[in-house]
Amino acid sequence: MITARRFFARSEPWVLAAIVILSLLIQARSGQFFTGNNLVDLARAFIVPGLLSIGCMMVIVSGGIDVSFTAVAALAMYITDKILLQSGYEGNVILAYAMSAGFGLLMGALNGFLIAFLRLPTLVVTLGTGSLFTGLMFGAFSASASDVPPAIVAHGKETLFTAVNSDLGLSSNMPSQILILVGMLFLAFLLLRYTMLGRGIYAIGGDEAAAERAGFNVRAIKMFLYCLVGVLAGITGISRISMMAYADPSTFQGMELTVIAAVVLGGTRVTGGLGTLTGTILGIALMMILANSLILIGIPTYWSRAFTGAVIIIGTGVTAHQIASTHRSQRDLKKT
Amino acid sequence: MKNEQAEVALPLIRRGRDQNLARLLVMLGVVFALMAVLRPEQFVTPANFGSMMRQFPEYGIMAIGVSLTMITGGIDLGVVGTANLSAILAAKLMFAAVPRGAPPEQALPYLALAVLVALACGLACGAFAGLLISRFEIPAILATLGTQQLYTGIAIGITNGRPQSGLPLLYSKIGNTEFFGLFPLSFLVFLVVAVGIAFLLSSSRFGMYLYMLGTNSKAALYAGLGNTSILIRTYMLSGLLSSVAGLIMMARANSAKAEYGAPYTLQCVLIAVLGGIDPSGGFGKIVGVTLAIFILQFLSSGLNMFNNISNFYRDVIWGGVLILVLVFNRLLSQRAERRAARRGE
Amino acid sequence: MASTVLKLEGIEKSFGGVRALKGVDLEIGAGEIHCLAGENGSGKSTLIKVISGVHEPDAGWIEIGGRRFTQLSPIEAISLGVQVIYQDFSVFPNLTVMENLALNMELMDKRAFMNYRRARSIASRAVAQIGFDVDLDERVENLSVADRQLIAISRALLQNSKLIIMDEPTSALTKKEVKSLFSLIKELQSRGISILFVSHKLDEVFEISERYTILRSGENVAKGSTTELDHRAFAFHMTGREFSAESYRPAGPRGEPILSVRGVSLRGCYSGISFDLAPGEILGITGLLGSGRTELVETLFGITQPDSGTIEVRGLPAKIRSVKDAIRKGLGYVPSDRLTEGLFLPQAIDRNAVIAVLDRLSNGFGFLRRKAVAETTLRWIRELSIATKDPSLPVRTLSGGNQQKVVLARWLANDLSVLILNGPTMGVDIGSKYDIHALMRKLASEGLAIIIVSDDLPEVLACASRIIVMREGAFVRELDPASTTESVLGELSTGVA
Repeated sequence: MITARRFFARSEPWVLAAIVILSLLIQARSGQFFTGNNLVDLARAFIVPGLLSIGCMMVIVSGGIDVSFTAVAALAMYITDKILLQSGYEGNVILAYAMSAGFGLLMGALNGFLIAFLRLPTLVVTLGTGSLFTGLMFGAFSASASDVPPAIVAHGKETLFTAVNSDLGLSSNMPSQILILVGMLFLAFLLLRYTMLGRGIYAIGGDEAAAERAGFNVRAIKMFLYCLVGVLAGITGISRISMMAYADPSTFQGMELTVIAAVVLGGTRVTGGLGTLTGTILGIALMMILANSLILIGIPTYWSRAFTGAVIIIGTGVTAHQIASTHRSQRDLKKT
Repeated sequence: MKNEQAEVALPLIRRGRDQNLARLLVMLGVVFALMAVLRPEQFVTPANFGSMMRQFPEYGIMAIGVSLTMITGGIDLGVVGTANLSAILAAKLMFAAVPRGAPPEQALPYLALAVLVALACGLACGAFAGLLISRFEIPAILATLGTQQLYTGIAIGITNGRPQSGLPLLYSKIGNTEFFGLFPLSFLVFLVVAVGIAFLLSSSRFGMYLYMLGTNSKAALYAGLGNTSILIRTYMLSGLLSSVAGLIMMARANSAKAEYGAPYTLQCVLIAVLGGIDPSGGFGKIVGVTLAIFILQFLSSGLNMFNNISNFYRDVIWGGVLILVLVFNRLLSQRAERRAARRGE
Repeated sequence: MASTVLKLEGIEKSFGGVRALKGVDLEIGAGEIHCLAGENGSGKSTLIKVISGVHEPDAGWIEIGGRRFTQLSPIEAISLGVQVIYQDFSVFPNLTVMENLALNMELMDKRAFMNYRRARSIASRAVAQIGFDVDLDERVENLSVADRQLIAISRALLQNSKLIIMDEPTSALTKKEVKSLFSLIKELQSRGISILFVSHKLDEVFEISERYTILRSGENVAKGSTTELDHRAFAFHMTGREFSAESYRPAGPRGEPILSVRGVSLRGCYSGISFDLAPGEILGITGLLGSGRTELVETLFGITQPDSGTIEVRGLPAKIRSVKDAIRKGLGYVPSDRLTEGLFLPQAIDRNAVIAVLDRLSNGFGFLRRKAVAETTLRWIRELSIATKDPSLPVRTLSGGNQQKVVLARWLANDLSVLILNGPTMGVDIGSKYDIHALMRKLASEGLAIIIVSDDLPEVLACASRIIVMREGAFVRELDPASTTESVLGELSTGVA
């Protein structure tokens, strides 16, 4: 049952409203927002952060934070790429995804072990493992931009449809990787809503001791969660290089900040326990529209980073303020 | 009862928590010995010590700032952005005010002004972060991830991402002065900062407030500590220290750039944790942090002496050391808990 | 007694060298309300954990429903019908009422998937058992403490419980909520469910239980039928100390009022509050949770700002914009939740004791004068007889009563003129309660003005020199404790005659 009060206490409607207003603004200023190719470009830019945000959201819901997932994605895809190149692999792209997911799983398992079994603080652990993975990639594998195997190139060229903007003579292809995002979102939805494992993630974020007493296997759930984040990161890695048609080891650098900010913007409570996939997707959409439309609204590229910073601050500030004020109004309600 | 009371020891002198310092000293000794044995002709030389003394002050000073914010239960991930932005503002001012090849007596007042502007910028950056955290109740991780982006972004914006080089010669000359032909100015600045902040934490009212606020902010509110003002002042201090680090970086590189020192953020957190600052707030000392800085510098300078080891291994080692230290500390505290459990519940 | 539900004999349990339980016996009959009483550290919690299978006893045996065990697993205990309701109720604040009720059941059944229809039917069944009217889709964090407890109780009843153990179930409830909890307990009893009621509040023990067991230092010191127990014997068994009866005639106010409150209002909390407080007085403010009593004193202490009205200190208008302002004006406040609002638990005793007076203990540059700090700490440890040998130990190593004294020391070390105590003896054992009451009287007789906010009516009656009853954010009436009773106060608080 969704009452009006509950509806407006959530952040999804507000983020959606912000997206609508922003889109209309950009449309009014440039006339180029609601064009097929711009929307397809946006969807294209949306895939990678969207995939990463799924795991990121779950971790924050469980009461933790992970800043290593971009390093995991980069290293997993890079090792996979190198192995496939050196072995002259000509087969299906599925193997690439499986291998990369496997490497992601191993790295996620390291995070999971440190966090679930040794109960170490998540931020510091993942800062450490993130540095470890990045260092391994550039150090041990002396990574630099590299070719990708033909299977991945071919995968990158799979196009669902093409949107043409006749005014500007531009066309954009909708990559097939969007199906992976949709699939993952659907699986994540099922996991979070219809399995005890998924409810356990929320339960741990609400009260870890109570979860333990209720009979949730807290360690196993956390271990699973960080492994899952690793798998998702591995898959994201292959999606990314297939769309770019070459493997750039630094392609994910700094993206973790955007993703975390978007997840929080989408209403995920930073202290854990609350968060939805819908909100997360809306948060990412807002960030992507902002980032991709800066030029359309006339903000020079050199200022885009400052702009991102300002959005993170304003977005998290509004969310934090909203949480604080609902707490206050609840207090008032109880008094009367 | 009366007799028991009379035996109460003189309070405020903490005992028992210093095993961490002992461990750090052992670690420092081991790292030093290892490097000295493996690369005696390179590591144990005046030249190496001279270069180490020029390297660590910039991130060491930032690490002390990060440590302060971690003691309050927060974190400052915006130190590097603050450092670069401050340095760039100072550089811009120098370019504007000091003509090329101007004589020292003409340049000096403007250089002093530029330094003051940088310090003011650091304070302002810190105050803004502190305001976001205390007034707007944004979690420190997110607020400072945001300020890091914002400050770096502004720095890129006003420089179009280009390095600001060609500073007045006098600046780098002063910045690279060596005292007694041995101690670079930056090293002395670090010493002053470390000793000053250590004294502030151990012996001032403000220091005790930091520890108490970091332990329980709600209780701090009810005890009348003035949480907002303490937090803002802490982040201002961290910002100020960052701008000092920025000025040192600028002197060493003889230029300023928006993206200098990117790996320092992680390094600062690592140093703080390694040095015994509790990531959840309330505990930790600057002595430990200083030892952690030395350990890292020995490690990284030592590694540079192995030609076949890539620079990127530093990331591996720092990440690895951070995790090993966490694991080690956890195992030790688990042992202590078990011992306590054996003594009683 | 019809039949025995639970029987323990000779239970021993040690942790390391410390013997927490030294051969404890306990017997509970079917449909019996049994009270387990004891001071903090008497072994109550350990005993509960033995019964619920969390701890394995070193010696002795447990008999549940006719079966005898020397050890028990938590799952066995639950399947035998033993349920524990913890002090924090063990609920998930971020989940809905429905999920809170259903998750445990589903986990017991080892389900891998969540079926919301099944969950809703479990939840409806759970609340229907006790006629609890609640929106199943509301998140638990939006419910009151009492409702959370009802959720824990209905959840426990789902498992076909024969014995429900309630660990200090009333510690966070108001008088009215306690009343309805008690009628619920009686209702459960009529269905043949036994209750083990763990408490150290003697009034509750008398009111609710039929039989009692008192533990002290891990040993049985008394057991029997509650009707044969009196206050004095109860206190003696609990503490091993004899107390003289509390008869206290407060000295009247002395001189001009030190604090005058004129028509202060805060929207949604309280309105039109006026009163005067003079040195030597102990003003008792009582009322239900949500009557605005806590909000009112928090305004006096600068935590919140009133929308209108004025506050005068020593006859001069006082703007109290922050806690610092309040402290400067000579106010001190002991908050109601000692553990989260009062103390810095892992920090040292001395730091906790001096934290509010550092301004006076430091020099002009803000550096601490170590000798002054040490002297202040020692002085208050002595004056309040805080039982510690080493003030550099963390304050959490102290007992509840001693912890409360540390919070008091923090304010007394200041030049205090008004001391406000919110729930001064909540969660404090009888011995320390007695000490704290004595201390309040002594301070008042020395000329301090004191406000106590409490819904412990016997406490208010025993300590206050006058009592104000609050209801729905307003003062209902002012009373003289000498000429009023608990039932009058109770009726005024609830508005039900």
